[in-house]
Amino acid sequence: MLQLEDLGKRFGGLPALDKVSFEVPRGKLTALIGPNGAGKSTLINCVSGVLKPTEGTVTFAGADITGQPAHDIAHSGIARTFQNLKLFPRLTVLDNVLTGLTCEGGRSMLMAMLRLPYLRHRERQLKLRAMEALDRFGMTDKANWPAGVLSYGDKKRVELARATVGNPQLILLDEPVAGLNAEETAAVGDQLNRLRIAGYTLLLVEHDMDLVMEISDQIVVLDSGRCIASGSPDEVRCNPLVLEAYLGRMDATA
Amino acid sequence: MTGKQKIFYFLYLHRTGLAVSALSLSLLVYPFFQDNPYTLGLSNLIAIHVIIVLGLNLFIGFAGQISLGHAAFFGLGAYGSAISTVTFDLPAWPAMLLVAGLVGLVALLVGVPVLRLSGHYLAMATLGFNIVIHTIMLQWDEVTGGPSGFSGVPPLSIGDFAFDDEVRFHYLVWTFALITLMLCLNLVRSGVGRGLAALAGEETAAAALGVDTRRAKVKVFVLSAVMASVAGSLFAHCYGFVSPDSFSIFTSTDMAIMVVIGGMGSVWGSLLGAGFITMLPEWMDVFENYKDFVHGGILVFVLMFLPQGLVTGLLEQIKIKMALTRRKDAAA
Repeated sequence: MLQLEDLGKRFGGLPALDKVSFEVPRGKLTALIGPNGAGKSTLINCVSGVLKPTEGTVTFAGADITGQPAHDIAHSGIARTFQNLKLFPRLTVLDNVLTGLTCEGGRSMLMAMLRLPYLRHRERQLKLRAMEALDRFGMTDKANWPAGVLSYGDKKRVELARATVGNPQLILLDEPVAGLNAEETAAVGDQLNRLRIAGYTLLLVEHDMDLVMEISDQIVVLDSGRCIASGSPDEVRCNPLVLEAYLGRMDATA
Repeated sequence: MTGKQKIFYFLYLHRTGLAVSALSLSLLVYPFFQDNPYTLGLSNLIAIHVIIVLGLNLFIGFAGQISLGHAAFFGLGAYGSAISTVTFDLPAWPAMLLVAGLVGLVALLVGVPVLRLSGHYLAMATLGFNIVIHTIMLQWDEVTGGPSGFSGVPPLSIGDFAFDDEVRFHYLVWTFALITLMLCLNLVRSGVGRGLAALAGEETAAAALGVDTRRAKVKVFVLSAVMASVAGSLFAHCYGFVSPDSFSIFTSTDMAIMVVIGGMGSVWGSLLGAGFITMLPEWMDVFENYKDFVHGGILVFVLMFLPQGLVTGLLEQIKIKMALTRRKDAAA
């Protein structure tokens, strides 16, 4: 589904990503882990078009999307969430989710201004779909609230609803449970699991190891911009390179 | 649902349509109660400002950009209509369309490079553009009539019916203002409108959702310029006279103040903002000489305490209070 080949990104002379190659298979949940500063968010930003990679290629569903602008990548079927929540606080919850359907809302400003019947009809359908998405995350009763007043956990839920509402082929999730308590984390984990079972392809960046080990099909480990391991949760758990990256070199026991 | 609830639900569901109808109706009968030409003249000026401010609010409030140069487009529309009908003897309606198209083109040419800027830089660039246009109006005597202005612009007419007194202007300009209002209301309630709101909120997020941010900004800029141009044409035909004074950077800042007073991103607020700032000099003619101080003071005050604008800001505070109360109730 998504293939990265020798992906590199330098900020000035500093390599944030260095020849990273891996594949996200269709219908699976791939987790991307690594210590702080390993380049996980940079990688997500390079794939989603927020940053332009300096080398290598990103192939999505057979098409080369390297360095394309973010909106084109969104139109090709990749949705994402942001680490530091990017909801629109002044819009209502429902409108926030509806922005997730921007790709289907029609692009012509002129048609929108005339509010032709076909657009009204489409608008109604989009609203129904947005309500369904809110329902999936148990947020229908707050649909008309301004998003800014929601609790942190609710905001995360709305962002997930927004990312999934357009049925994207691939969803990039940048730390969806950061800052949530155990109960909320379990709830989000459950929802991610359901998305996975429903056949979505997911690329998850996460620090919460318990969650990652529990729901991932495949784990990729980054350290200092390089891919140091990949495989099933069990393989990664026992990989000495991974332990070293996380816990430091254990010379005494070696 | 009880009968009462049904009525409220109906009102809620059709609130936009009902509000537009109520406004249209009251404007329709307004001249029957108010025939003082001076008062009508003021309300006509409000309508012309409303058209500009609606467009500018799309640009400032929805696309999240800033322009301190919209008086230039307003002036280009006015001078365009004046010159093409008097100097070139073109019929007024087609001239208006032609001029709007040309102004749109100018906005496109200016917008593509200038909208790469943002914030203060964009404000400066648009301000500079306004000064350039204003200087041309002042200096190019042979074409524009120079500082003394350009007179003898014929009124608009349909067949033999000429819009040549205040009551007739009233119907003409308010028809245009209401059509613009409806077009804007439609736009902001559409997917494209939500894309613009997203753009105002957070550019990176908007792009990740599929909004072509650069293109959207240019499109809204051109759209607002075309609206300002139409307002300019109406202005020229209604007053029969245009002079560079009406299109200086102070007019531009007044337009921006109207947007801020009405509230950024509020279509209805644009009406209030345009009305309030147009009427303000009437209410305090004692302060005539200090107009710019007062306007500047209002702008600073509003931006300091209600950065979303006066009307939107207040409404938002209320909405947030309500939502927070509900949240507390839900928790309890």
